[in-house]
Amino acid sequence: MAAENYSMVKALNEALRRSLEADPKTLVMGEDVGRLGGVFRVTDGLHKDFGDARVIDTPLAESGIMGTAIGLALRGYRPVVEIQFDGFVYPAFDQIVTQLAKMHARALGHVKLPVTVRIPFGGGIGAVEHHSESHEAYFAHTAGLKVVSPSNPVDAHWMLRQAIASDDPVIFLEPKRRYWDKGVVDPLGAAPAPLHAARVARPGRDLTLIAYGPMVKVCLEAAEAAAEDGHQIEVVDLRSLSPVDFDTLEASVKRTGRAVVVHEAPVFMGMGSELAARITERCFYALEAPVLRVGGYFAPYPPSRVEETYLPDLDRVLDAVDRALAF
Amino acid sequence: MTVESTAGTATAAVPELVQLLTPEGERVEHPRFSLETTPEELRSIYRDLVLVRRFDGEATALQRQGELGLWASLLGQEAAQVGSGRAQRPGDWAFPTYREHGVAWCKGVDPLNLLGMFRGVNHGGWDPYEKNFQLYTIVIGSQTLHATGYAMGITKDGTDDAVVAYFGDGASSQGDVNEAFTFASVYNAPVVFFCQNNQWAISEPTERQTRVPLYQRAAGFGFPGVRVDGNDVLACLAVTRWALERARNGEGPTLIEAFTYRMGAHTTSDDPTRYRIADELEEWKLKDPIERVKAYLVHEEWADQEFFDAVDAESEQLARRVREGVRNMPDPDPTSIFENVYAEGHALVDEERAEYVAYAASFDGSEEVGEGR
Repeated sequence: MAAENYSMVKALNEALRRSLEADPKTLVMGEDVGRLGGVFRVTDGLHKDFGDARVIDTPLAESGIMGTAIGLALRGYRPVVEIQFDGFVYPAFDQIVTQLAKMHARALGHVKLPVTVRIPFGGGIGAVEHHSESHEAYFAHTAGLKVVSPSNPVDAHWMLRQAIASDDPVIFLEPKRRYWDKGVVDPLGAAPAPLHAARVARPGRDLTLIAYGPMVKVCLEAAEAAAEDGHQIEVVDLRSLSPVDFDTLEASVKRTGRAVVVHEAPVFMGMGSELAARITERCFYALEAPVLRVGGYFAPYPPSRVEETYLPDLDRVLDAVDRALAF
Repeated sequence: MTVESTAGTATAAVPELVQLLTPEGERVEHPRFSLETTPEELRSIYRDLVLVRRFDGEATALQRQGELGLWASLLGQEAAQVGSGRAQRPGDWAFPTYREHGVAWCKGVDPLNLLGMFRGVNHGGWDPYEKNFQLYTIVIGSQTLHATGYAMGITKDGTDDAVVAYFGDGASSQGDVNEAFTFASVYNAPVVFFCQNNQWAISEPTERQTRVPLYQRAAGFGFPGVRVDGNDVLACLAVTRWALERARNGEGPTLIEAFTYRMGAHTTSDDPTRYRIADELEEWKLKDPIERVKAYLVHEEWADQEFFDAVDAESEQLARRVREGVRNMPDPDPTSIFENVYAEGHALVDEERAEYVAYAASFDGSEEVGEGR
């Protein structure tokens, strides 16, 4: 089969299918992932082809889903858990942070929990409350978890397959506003990069825009717009939030001398805070300006009619770019 | 439905309490649960009970001597744990709280393994796969879901292993325990929920957790619940065996409420005189789980003084081994905090380990401090 033009949803679906085919211990479990195929249809058709024992509709209880996934992993299974929406992961937070993240260390390595937790995350789709959250900092703050977020269908496909194959627990954040973006995916090809490598999505020399998941597209558009003003903006797609590929970031910022971090999550104590600190430590003498951050405000995620005010957009990114370039 | 208070009241007021050996050591029959025991098996049960209590007492003493940071005593719950522990086959898994020292003993786990986390040299550390005994779980109730998931895996594998999930009366209020009941029920998982109702969740009596006897909760989830005399090792053995057989035969989960009493403090950091009366303790002393087995052995003339003396001597040997073992437990190497954080490694962990090693080396002058911090 040659490369196909897939939406991110289809790219993820195909990744799950390949993973289920490759390893009989791989399971898909979550609310409505079976007959319905998931509320976003990411698991569409899997129940029909792999059956009840492999694609499991669970009771409506997120802690229960996580806790039983841990038990299944102890038994030698490789569960891929779907949390239906970002805001519904909190009931499972204890199982993720207290149990999933720590059990390998507590058992001095005797236990492995190869559990992948898929979470459609972020805003921008006009959803009701609790359906637009960006909680990556909570997970990235927890040792024992790996956290990744793809920005496009190709990465979505390969990173999910890599996450499932990993023997560590991986929080897999799917940018739901990009679910319907298209990209050319070749499932028979090879992964374009290791799971935890960052990627220079657009080269430039004047400033580095750092983003992941849903904001990569906004940053690429901002770089395009800045180019019209004669600014060559580099965009780094972080891809992995824990671990972070600081070497790629450092190399980029040492070239450009300026960095702006962009994410949907609130700026305060967000990924951008850590990235800014680390970049400052590594690139202090190369920096021409302080590392700036663009993100959500320190307020609950707003009702959908005003979410565009809250979410970083082209103009807010360009405003930060201008401020950084003005130093 | 009758709602009655159960904590600390006489067992006569409690409905459907399965008992095969009375507190006085009289062997009685129960219409639903029978048990054949040989004299040899009974002597072995007695030995387990005594050794487990001696081990537990030694651990409490080691805490008082400063060798352990904390200890959660099982005093009074030996029968519930030895009965349910001995009911398991080697292929069965136990998912404990942090108090299942008697179950660990029956599964063949070296007692010294249990003391590492209480001394502060690890957070568990044993290999759960070695004896099919999961690490202790401190956050209340979480392990019941792991047990249920594990049991779901057994169903997928098509083997006749089963799982025992341990928890307490306090945990019965946790969402995770109720979710575990739900998952186990709808997937018909081969898991036995073994609740040791020791009447107290630190300072809160069972009335603060439930208005109905806990075993009756099972009915709402669609599986059987049985209340057993938790101080009667034979009843605990018989009922757990029955529940495990149900699990193996594809009949799904069972809730067993072992009605017992926490004779000691919640942990060595607790002071139960602040919240419960001494009379209650005196009443439960009369139901001691070990004395009744001894009385039965003596009455049947299945054991003589020589046997009891030998068990006592063995228990002192065990205590000595534990005492020396704990005192000789080495502190972990500081760099061990960076070990096993991930199965496949993590760049930041590696970086911080290197930073720490360089920092530590800066004190002995043998190596330059690393760049950065």
